[in-house]
Amino acid sequence: MNFDPRYSGRNFSSVGTRPIRPDGVDKVTGRARYGADFNMAGQLVGRVLRSPHAHAVIKSIDTSKAEKLAGVKAVITAKDLPDLTDGDAAMYDILDNSMARKKALYDGHAVAAVAAIDARTARQALKLIEIDYEVLPHVTDVDEAAHHHAPLINDQVFTEGLEEKPAKPSNVTKRTQFGHGDVHKGFAEADFIVERSFKTEQTHQGYIEPHACVASVNPDGTAELWVCTQGHFVYRQHCAQLLGLEASKLRVTSSEIGGGFGGKTHVWAEPVALALSRKAGRPVKLVMTRDEVFRASGPTSATSIDVKIGARKDGTITAAEATLRYSCGPYAGSWAEIGAMTAFACYKLENVKTVGYEVLVNRPKTAAYRAPSAPMAAFAVESAVDELAKELGMDAVDFRIKNAAQEGTRSSYGPVYGPIGIGPTLEAVKSHPHMKAPLKANQGRGMACGFWFNFGGQTCTDLNIGMDGTVSLAVGTVDVGGSRASLSLVAAEELGIDYSNVKAIVADTSSLGYNDMTDGSRGTFSSSMATISAARNAIKILKDRAAQMWDIPVEDVTWEKGHAIAKGEKYGNLSPLSLKDIAAKSGTTGGPIAGHSELVADGAGVSFATHICDIEVDPETGATRVIRYTVVQDAGKAVHPTYVEGQYQGGAAQGIGWALNEEYIYGKDGRLQNAGFLDYRIPVCSDLPMIDTQILEIPNPNHPYGVRGVGETSIVPPLAAIANAVSNAVGVRMTHIPMSPPRILAALEAEREG
Amino acid sequence: MAGIAVSTTINGDAVEYLCQPDETLLDVLRDRLGLTGAKEGCGTGDCGACSVIVDGRLVCSCLVLGAEAEGRKVETIEGMAHGDQLHPLQQKFLEHAALQCGICTPGFLIAAKDLLEKNPSPTEEEIRFGLAGNLCRCTGYDKIVRAVQDAAQVMKGA
Repeated sequence: MNFDPRYSGRNFSSVGTRPIRPDGVDKVTGRARYGADFNMAGQLVGRVLRSPHAHAVIKSIDTSKAEKLAGVKAVITAKDLPDLTDGDAAMYDILDNSMARKKALYDGHAVAAVAAIDARTARQALKLIEIDYEVLPHVTDVDEAAHHHAPLINDQVFTEGLEEKPAKPSNVTKRTQFGHGDVHKGFAEADFIVERSFKTEQTHQGYIEPHACVASVNPDGTAELWVCTQGHFVYRQHCAQLLGLEASKLRVTSSEIGGGFGGKTHVWAEPVALALSRKAGRPVKLVMTRDEVFRASGPTSATSIDVKIGARKDGTITAAEATLRYSCGPYAGSWAEIGAMTAFACYKLENVKTVGYEVLVNRPKTAAYRAPSAPMAAFAVESAVDELAKELGMDAVDFRIKNAAQEGTRSSYGPVYGPIGIGPTLEAVKSHPHMKAPLKANQGRGMACGFWFNFGGQTCTDLNIGMDGTVSLAVGTVDVGGSRASLSLVAAEELGIDYSNVKAIVADTSSLGYNDMTDGSRGTFSSSMATISAARNAIKILKDRAAQMWDIPVEDVTWEKGHAIAKGEKYGNLSPLSLKDIAAKSGTTGGPIAGHSELVADGAGVSFATHICDIEVDPETGATRVIRYTVVQDAGKAVHPTYVEGQYQGGAAQGIGWALNEEYIYGKDGRLQNAGFLDYRIPVCSDLPMIDTQILEIPNPNHPYGVRGVGETSIVPPLAAIANAVSNAVGVRMTHIPMSPPRILAALEAEREG
Repeated sequence: MAGIAVSTTINGDAVEYLCQPDETLLDVLRDRLGLTGAKEGCGTGDCGACSVIVDGRLVCSCLVLGAEAEGRKVETIEGMAHGDQLHPLQQKFLEHAALQCGICTPGFLIAAKDLLEKNPSPTEEEIRFGLAGNLCRCTGYDKIVRAVQDAAQVMKGA
C-alpha cells in the first residue's frame, strides 16, 4: 500500500465544519445501546464477590452452599480460570486481577463469582460463599510503600533498573531515568533555585457508565462478548488468551461507551463473565455497581514528586530535575516512567534529569486516565516554574516563553521536536483578554502548560460505496466522543461528496481487521489517516470504472470534487461522472466498489496546551470557586471543531475536579471509604463556569490533513493552573492535590504559625 | 415469590406489570419493560442518569420502587419526541454537541425538560443549579448549558 501520509496544505470543504453526529438521534432518544442495554435469550445475571481486606491470603473458598441455592447456575473461583498465560507476566497480572488466585491484594479484589437466574438470587448466592482469609499487613500510601520497612505486596519483586540487582525484594518494581546534560553543572550556574515536594491523591476517571458486558460461550468453542470498552480488539485478544479460546471464534462487539477516559482499556469483569457463561452454558450479563467501579476498576496513580529547577537572572533555566514516585496498585506498571518522560517536555533544557519509581500498594491496579501520569508531573513542575518566575521577578508567561521548547529542541525524554505548539499557545495566552481581566479580593489567577505525546497505532478501516452512491465507513476505533462525525467528514472530504452521504459505524472484531484501542488520543488521528487511505483506494477503483464506462484509458481520468473527469480536449464531450453515477453502474462494471486500509498510523504529533484560570478562595472555610477558565491548545487541524472544543472543555473540567476535590480516601483498615458519587464528588453543573476555548492549528507534518490527537492534553495543565491560581489567591504555595477546603485551611494555618 | 401487580401510565400508554417489592422503577423500566433509555450510573440517586418524571415531579427512578408507580403517570426519554419530531431540547443538544459519550444525555434531557416547564426563562445560574443533580463527565457542562439556553429561546417563540 503506497499511501503517503505526509501533510499537504489544501482547502477543506467538509473538514472544519460542524455537522450533527451520525449517532446523535439515537443518543437523544434513548435508543443508543450501551453496555447494560443489551440482552440475550436465556441470559443469566452475574455478580462478583469481592475481598473486604486490603491484603489477605485466601486459605480456602467453600462454594458448596451457594451452588445448592435454587436458581444458581454457576459459581466460579480462580480455579475456573486456569493459568494459560505461559510466562507472560503482564497477562498473569490481568488474570490475577480479574480473579484473585492466592492473595487478595486490595479492598474490592474479585475472589469468586456467580451466575443466577436473577439479581436477587445472585446476591443471595454471594452471601453463601465462605472464604477463609489470613489477613496480612497492608500499605496504601505511596511513600510508605516505597519505604524498606513496608509490608511486601509481592515478595518476588526486586527493583528493576538499578545498577546492581538488589538483594531484598521491594514494593518498588522499577526505576527509570530520562534526561541529558549535567544537572550538577546546571545548578551550579543557577542564580535562583526552587526545590519543592508535591503530592497528588488517587482519582478515578469517573465515567458515568459502569463496566458492563454480556458474554455467551457456546459448547463448540465459539463465543460472543458485548461490552463497553475503548478497545474491543484488545479485549478479544486478552479474553481469548485468558480463556483458551481461539481469537477468531470470539466475536467482540463494542457497545456505545458511556465514558472511558482510559478506564475502559483493561479487562476485569469480561473474563469472569465468559468463564461464568462457559460453566453455566448460558449467556451471562455482568454489570458493575458504582461501588465496584470505584473499588475494583482502575483509578489513576497517587504520587509523590520532588522537583528542583534553577535559572539564571536573565530567566534562562540552567537545570531541571525531578524524582517521581507513582503508585501502581498491586501490580507492576510504567506510570512513573510516563510521568518522568512528560515532566519537563514543555521546555528547552540543556541539563535535565528525571527519575521515576513504580510503587506497589494495596489499592486497585492503576489504569490509564486521560494523558496518564502527565497531570501530576505537570502539577509539580509548573508549580515550581511559577515559583521560580516569582523569585526572578519575571512574569510567569514570559518566563515560560523564554524557556519553551521549539522545533528542533531535543525533548527532555529524548526525541527532537518537529513543529510544535507550546510557544504559540503561550503567545496566545499572553495576548488573551482573560490575562488582563481584573480580579477581586480573595481571587487569584494561575496559568500552566501541559504536554502529551499522542499515539497512532494499528488501524484498519473499510469504506464501502453502495449502489445508491452513499458510503458506509466501518472503523475499528471505538467512538468515545464524536469520532464517527469527524471520520465521516474526512471520508466526505476525500471523496468530494456531502457529509450526509457518509455513515460511519464501529465494526465488531469479526467484521474488520485488528485495531488498537482508542487511547493516546488516537481515534480521529489514526482512523482518519486510514479513512483517507481507504478513500484514495476507492477513488482508484472509481476512476477505473469511469474509464470503463467511457471506454477510455484510466490514465486519462482524474478525480475532482466527487466526480470522474476525462482529461484532455479529445474528451470535451464527455460529461463528468459523479460518484453516484459510477456506483449505479457498479454491478456491470466489475461489482462492488470499496476501499480498504490497513496501516500503522505513525507520526502522531505531540500536543501542547496552556490554560488560564481564576479561582476565588473563601479564607474562612477554604472553599474554592472557579470564576473563569480558558483553554488554549494546538489541534493540528480541528476536523470537527465543536467536538474539539468539547475535548478541551471536558479535560479541563476533569482537571478542575482533580485539583479541587476528588480523591480516594482509605481508612487505616485499608478499605476505601468513599466508593460512591456522593462522597467522591465530581464537578456538577453549578460548580463550573463556561469553559472558553481557543483552538490553534499547527499542522502535524505526519498526517495528510495535519491532524493531531486532541483528547488528552486538556487534562494536563489544570492541576497546576489551579494550584497556581489558589497559591496566588491565598499567598501560600499549595503542594498537595486535591486542594480541598481542609487542606487549604491547613496551609493557611501553617503559614500563619510560620 | 408473588409479584406486585402494578397498573400505571408510561409516556401516555397504559402499562401493567408484576414486580418484586425490592425492584426499583429503574429496574422495571429497563429489565421488565425494555425501556433502557434511563441509565443506572450509580443506583444511589447521585448521578441523575436514571431521571424520569412521575406525576410532574423529576425523580431518580433508582430511588423509586416499581410498586410506587401504581396509578401514576411516568414520563421517560422514550416519550420525549413526538413521532419523528424531536423535542427542541433534543434538537439543541444535537446542534450544540451537548453530548460526547451520551450516557448522561437522557437524564439531562428529562431534567432540562422539567426545568423549562417550571421556569421557561432560566438564567445561566438557574440552569446550572437546576441541572446540578445530573452528572456529566465528558463535556464540562458548557455546551449543555448553552443547548438549554437555546432551547428555552426556541420554546418561548413556539
